[in-house]
Amino acid sequence: MAQAFTPGLACRISDVIRRVRELPVPGELTVQVGQEVQAHQVVARAFLPGELHIQRVAEKIGIEPHEVIAGLKVQAGQAVTVGQVLCEHVGLFGLFRSQFKSPVDGVVELITASSGHIGVRSAAKPIAIEAYVSGRVVEVSEGKSVTIETRAAFVQGIFGVGGERVGKLLVLDGDKLPQGTQLRGAVLVMRGAPSASFLVAAKEAGICGLVAGSVDDQVLASYLGYDVGIALTGDEDVPFTLIVSEGFGALEMSERVYALLKKFNGQSASINGATQVRAGAVRPEIVIPGSMQDSMAVEPSAAGLVLGAQVRLIRVPFFGQYGQVHELPHEAQRIDTGALARVLRVKLSSGEVVTVPRANVELV
Amino acid sequence: METEASKLRTVLVTDCGSTTTKALLFQKTQDGWRQTARGEAPTTVEEPVADVTVGALNAFSEVEEVSGRRILRPRSAGMAHPFLESEQNGSHGIDLYLSTSSAGGGLQMVVGGVVKEMTTESAERAALGAGAIVLDALSADDGREDHERIDRVRHLKPDIVLLTGGVDGGSKQHVIEVAELLLAAAPRPRFGDTLRLPVIYAGNRDAAGEVSEILERVADVQVVGNVRPTLETENLGPAREAIHELFLTHVMSHSPGYGKLLGWSPKPILPTPAAVGDMTLRHAKRNNVQVLCADIGGATTDVFSVFRDQEDELIFNRTVSANLGMSYSVANVLVEAGVENIARWLPYQVSDAEVRDRLRNKMIRPTSIPQTLEDLWLEQAVCREALRLSLAHHRSLAVGLSGQRRVRGIADIFAQRSNRYELVDLMHLDVVIGSGGVLSHAPQRLSAAMMMIEGFGLQGVTQITVDSIFMMPHLGVFSSVHPQAADEIFINDCLVNVGHAIVPVYAEDGRGELARVTFEGKELASIEAGAVQVVELCAGSRGRLIVEPRGRVNVGAGPGQVYERDIEVGKCGLILDGRNRPLRWQGPRVAWPEQQRVLYRQLGLDQA
Repeated sequence: MAQAFTPGLACRISDVIRRVRELPVPGELTVQVGQEVQAHQVVARAFLPGELHIQRVAEKIGIEPHEVIAGLKVQAGQAVTVGQVLCEHVGLFGLFRSQFKSPVDGVVELITASSGHIGVRSAAKPIAIEAYVSGRVVEVSEGKSVTIETRAAFVQGIFGVGGERVGKLLVLDGDKLPQGTQLRGAVLVMRGAPSASFLVAAKEAGICGLVAGSVDDQVLASYLGYDVGIALTGDEDVPFTLIVSEGFGALEMSERVYALLKKFNGQSASINGATQVRAGAVRPEIVIPGSMQDSMAVEPSAAGLVLGAQVRLIRVPFFGQYGQVHELPHEAQRIDTGALARVLRVKLSSGEVVTVPRANVELV
Repeated sequence: METEASKLRTVLVTDCGSTTTKALLFQKTQDGWRQTARGEAPTTVEEPVADVTVGALNAFSEVEEVSGRRILRPRSAGMAHPFLESEQNGSHGIDLYLSTSSAGGGLQMVVGGVVKEMTTESAERAALGAGAIVLDALSADDGREDHERIDRVRHLKPDIVLLTGGVDGGSKQHVIEVAELLLAAAPRPRFGDTLRLPVIYAGNRDAAGEVSEILERVADVQVVGNVRPTLETENLGPAREAIHELFLTHVMSHSPGYGKLLGWSPKPILPTPAAVGDMTLRHAKRNNVQVLCADIGGATTDVFSVFRDQEDELIFNRTVSANLGMSYSVANVLVEAGVENIARWLPYQVSDAEVRDRLRNKMIRPTSIPQTLEDLWLEQAVCREALRLSLAHHRSLAVGLSGQRRVRGIADIFAQRSNRYELVDLMHLDVVIGSGGVLSHAPQRLSAAMMMIEGFGLQGVTQITVDSIFMMPHLGVFSSVHPQAADEIFINDCLVNVGHAIVPVYAEDGRGELARVTFEGKELASIEAGAVQVVELCAGSRGRLIVEPRGRVNVGAGPGQVYERDIEVGKCGLILDGRNRPLRWQGPRVAWPEQQRVLYRQLGLDQA
């Protein structure tokens, strides 16, 4: 049967993290296996093909497509510069001369007789890929990718916006920005949910990331400038990356996540808000390289959903509460909606024992 | 494996979906062909497994457990397939294995044409009918600048591109321009860095050579018959066949483990929506009825319809609303519909902020299920809006082309719009089929019916059914081998006859009695303006339904005309809905929850 519960998100004080840094097109690697790298260090470079600029020559100088061919001053494959004449048409008795000049530097790639179009491809654009996490290069695929390994504390969020950023962790005590502290480039951690004014102030202070317990969806909309419809994020053009650990609304960050992040206050963290909830799930992450502790998983038990396991309830009427698995009935039971579902009984931290569908808990 | 219909007795069919692989066992029993066992397992196309056959084998094991029938060989290494072959009247093995697939996001396509409402729409219909998701539809007149189109397409990774444009013998210039745009964008195929993008050209045949020459730099071009050989005719068959062929040879064969899966079956794997579409069309043709079918999933909502055109021919259409769904896309329904439109269906007071937060939390934890009635009603409210929006999308694309010939110069071509007409006619819709967990597994069948009546805004007399366990994909592919057996199972085990909706449409000032309803000569009830009631009858009984309207009220036979039809009574009987269409809410918004609460109580939907 399909797994009936959500496995829960990682929260590890020390783990071996590998990140593959891949070029979108073949290129050149600037590091070797065994080399130590810093998060901002360039590990690979490549050139993206330049844009093909299609010029509607016939239309623009008012001639027929076949006249473009007759008036060509260049040929396919030829390099051209801005202002160079691509086509010249001389009218009746040589009185009316019209020219079409290249608007870009590049190479003529396309000449279409039937449309009178000329395509000029501009020069390739250089791109550089950074390490993102500080660590050691453990594998390279020549011209394609570099794999970096690091021992690090590792926390997954439930949702985020914004891409990869690197900065120093600064754990806040409350929900206000600290005065007189240098915040530029910092990754702030707050336990609750930020207000819209907090996000504006954080942007002005120049932070590079914010990890919070939750966010109100209208606050998020005001930050992004639009409503998120699909949890497929990471490419947003935002001043800083925002990651939430619990969800939407006004939920506090779980104690275990908050305690772990507090432990690494002041250390450099690599964060990424990219979230993809659909198949092949990607969750946002906080990677804090340099943890020298032995692997001490504060993450969900590998044993799965067993008696005594700690769980969080992820659906109303118990949304956000924590408890312990008290009983695991085998047979499906009818729940309050009238549906038949496999359930479990959870002893909440208040001592109350409640019955919930297995699909509505996640291991913590 | 056996493919001769008359020799088949036990057939195993899977649908490899994005998240779950569902296996069904079809068997010839003393009662005819029936669905006898079901097993499911998570689909395994992602790392670390990355082999679709692993999930399929897990699903087969569950079928074995449930049915007590041995299906798999103890050891299948080195064998062409893992199945035990059945013996005559034997207690183990299967005769045939078939499959459909939508794993890995299904078949993803970009289409291009010259005129948005002409060739581009035809291209969309061809792609959608073949079971694809259309990532973008490029047109010379889509209102975007060249650089915007190029930028958009460059970032897409389609499996296949379908390029159309121009009528045969017409101007070549515009379709060549679209080909140039495609060249400039040079989209990369989704699978395999070394593969070249497959492009199907189904446009003006005179431009085929030049289009091929332009695109051969970046793509493998296959030329097929024009989807729009003339302005008034549409010819989607060759393009659809080419899409199916490329789906198998290019997309499926490069998906993880599919090479092996393809070898297990003597028949091609069909895209899941194509199989559902085949079954919908079969049902419409066999019973000579007009059908609307919606499959509302976690991420997308597929709508299939079969309506008669002006020449009285049954025309099939399919659309997919890629971001309207009940889990992954639930927050997008919120964005597109607006919180007020969702909250209007709820029989309790709740703040907009609470609705938004709950739905966004569902978006990030998509496998959680409603645990309270209030939460269930919220999801059912979302379903109504997803159905409403996806039907609106479907209506815009499900159009017929009128037969009248018009002479147009090329200068007129961008302005032409007049030869299309909407095919969807809810007043004359005979059957609606609902599929997807929120409809098929609704704790009460009546609530599934109400979601479809209200979401689609049904009118007239419509039979409401649900696909019991999402069996239509399996039956669609089975029908390619044994259509009669597939039909038997469809009627006996797949379609659940929920009931008949009777919805009069009347003038805005209509009051009091709208129509009287008679079944088998017995007057049952009158339909009152604004009221909804359910008339329970003996499920399964057959008889003559007569609906007599008052004045100019229309109940499906035209204003003031009596409607008559033989029906088989569904589980919920007759649902008489006297609310006019389109549905409107009375008074201030704060009063709506109480109106809904009264309605829920009247229909018995306020309790589990």
